[in-house]
Amino acid sequence: MEKTMVLQQCRVIDPANDRDAIGDIWVRAGKIVAAETTLPENAEVYNLTGKWVVPGLIDIHVHLREPGQEYKESIETGTNAAAAGGFTAVACMPNTSPVNDNATVTRYILEKAAPCRARVYPVGAISKSSKGEGLAEFGEMKQAGIVAVTDDGMPVLDSQLMRRAMEYAKSHKLLVMSHSEEAALSRNGCMNEGLTATRLGLRGIPAAAESIMVFREAALAELTGAHVHIAHVSTKESLAVISMAKSRGVKLTAETAPHYFTLTDEAVVGYDTHAKMNPPLRSEEDRQAILAALADGTLDAIATDHAPHSVLEKNVEFNEAANGITGLETALSLSLALVREGVISEKRMVELMSVAPARILGVPGGSLAEGEVADITVIDPDAEFTFTAEESKSKGKNSPFIGWRLKGRAVMTLVSGRVQHHIE
Amino acid sequence: MTADDILHVINTARSFKEISARPIKKVPTLRGKTIINFFFEPSTRTRLSFEVAAKRMSADTFNISASTSSATKGETLIDTARNLQAMAPDVIIIRHSSSGAPQLLAKNVDAAIINAGDGTHEHPSQGLLDIMTILEHKGSLEGLKIAIVGDIAHSRVAGSDIIGFNRLGANVHLAGPATFMPADADQLGVTVCEDVRDAVRDADVVMALRIQKERQKDPLIPSLREYSTFYGINNKMLQLAKDDVVVMHPGPINRGVEMSPDVADGKRSVILEQVTNGVAVRMALLYLVMGGEKTDDEQGGR
Ligand SMILES: [Zn+2]
Ligand SMILES: [Zn+2]
Repeated sequence: MEKTMVLQQCRVIDPANDRDAIGDIWVRAGKIVAAETTLPENAEVYNLTGKWVVPGLIDIHVHLREPGQEYKESIETGTNAAAAGGFTAVACMPNTSPVNDNATVTRYILEKAAPCRARVYPVGAISKSSKGEGLAEFGEMKQAGIVAVTDDGMPVLDSQLMRRAMEYAKSHKLLVMSHSEEAALSRNGCMNEGLTATRLGLRGIPAAAESIMVFREAALAELTGAHVHIAHVSTKESLAVISMAKSRGVKLTAETAPHYFTLTDEAVVGYDTHAKMNPPLRSEEDRQAILAALADGTLDAIATDHAPHSVLEKNVEFNEAANGITGLETALSLSLALVREGVISEKRMVELMSVAPARILGVPGGSLAEGEVADITVIDPDAEFTFTAEESKSKGKNSPFIGWRLKGRAVMTLVSGRVQHHIE
Repeated sequence: MTADDILHVINTARSFKEISARPIKKVPTLRGKTIINFFFEPSTRTRLSFEVAAKRMSADTFNISASTSSATKGETLIDTARNLQAMAPDVIIIRHSSSGAPQLLAKNVDAAIINAGDGTHEHPSQGLLDIMTILEHKGSLEGLKIAIVGDIAHSRVAGSDIIGFNRLGANVHLAGPATFMPADADQLGVTVCEDVRDAVRDADVVMALRIQKERQKDPLIPSLREYSTFYGINNKMLQLAKDDVVVMHPGPINRGVEMSPDVADGKRSVILEQVTNGVAVRMALLYLVMGGEKTDDEQGGR
């Protein structure tokens, strides 16, 4: 008989099944099973008094850099970081080298991911090489294992191409993720447009560069009936467009990232390239709007946009530095801060980081019901730690949160019932 | 830099200005010191001004420009800087097209860094020489109305002037088409004027900025001709200003574009005094970062 694992005396927060109570979770053969009256002899028992047990966190938006840029991150190191951060699954963007625009690359990623510490769901490119011309082979990539398509980082500027991508994705029951950016407005920009950019002499990116494209995606989603997901929302104007589209019944979902609800563009002062990403950190007004949208449901998910880079890309002039920061190992702590501040409830946080991501991607997880896969995250909401480059599992040390004292973290991550991360 | 820091540099510059008027324009103050002029962007005027300043104080100067440096061979700014560092210079004077480059350099080398203009951020020595020139004519900046006209958004001179003029109590008015205004300019402690005449009216100082033709890839103005019609400083426009107005320009001038020739060469123009004061200010900066005392802002701009 398969060994049984019992997580005892924990606070089970399982919004998909409307449960928030002290109890036990039993796991056998990679699945969640019903609790029995007596413990089997070989049971592996963890007493988790004071800890929370939630369905495994799922990060809808990461960059694992493999194939092609293994000096920045590999599927192995990226999933190590994921497990350490409490994520049981990640969806990886296609801007690798070569681009994940065909089934061979998709299969390569999945083969590499098979022995790793977290599930990996590849996202395919919309256009060949993400060059914005012609559709990539969605059907074959879907057969190979992609869960969505996007040209993240190389936004689709041609509206007709985006329309066709949505129509064709719909035929293959694939989600379309949009990195919404009007490149003509953001060209040469390297931070949010506003007083801080003016003071630093850095070229700004106006909020409209994002919201214009969010509006286009909403209009095209309505036209095509496709499910469209807006990546890394950073502005209050985008949120207004999303809210309007949702009220019209458009199949639109959206995510933001912890840096957008934690920091503002003032983090760039001193030309800190660890505060450079795309879209850029915005104003306090935008940050407040994002907090409200996380609570009221305008935003569906928290994703990290984990984007590891080496010092080669970051220890340079600000305008020359690469966009992006790591996020897998800090996202949970930064989200827990919102719970402590009363911005969102514990239940809402689990919805944003597990339930909704599973539903948006159409993948298993997001629930602790009997019979579900045993992808589980155990959280110690009180554990304090300092996030350091040395202890980070990611190859990328490009985080503005390095040196921050954080509260709350994943102490155990189970994928299919197997322990992939554990802090005593 | 505080107001006191600014005035300290300018008082030091005044004492050095006298040297430039001597028949033998050289003092031994910085003998044996090594100064590297590290210019990633073409700049004849500023580079020459720093070089003259250094030579008048007997320092050894070396010039590296973008074409002779390794920058074009793919070496990073930090690599190049570390190589320079290995030659143990006392001061590196840097001009770079990236805002913040002097700060990056300062984090990676031991030599004192002087910012000779970074991107569209700042040009501190120009700001100081502008203040020195105004002080020579007006005695104080307190309460003066100073109009800065032109491409504020892309001007590092404006960046430093606005800060310096404000700290010394002037009322700074910015004017130019909205395409030339940086975002949230009205939050910089200045008055933004849509009509250039509102900025020039009763002004004590009118500063016209150079229109950067090379930055015109972004459609900011329809033509230089139209710009000069609406925003150029000519004698008619200048009649709106105070009788004792002084007219300034950081140079080089596009005559007939941002300023008409009769204004540039007219009796209100102090443009050549700016050049003379530039050498004195740069002597003061070199002296203060090496021999004299340091204020924290000479390193890495401000
Ligand atoms: Zn993106
Ligand atoms: Zn991304």
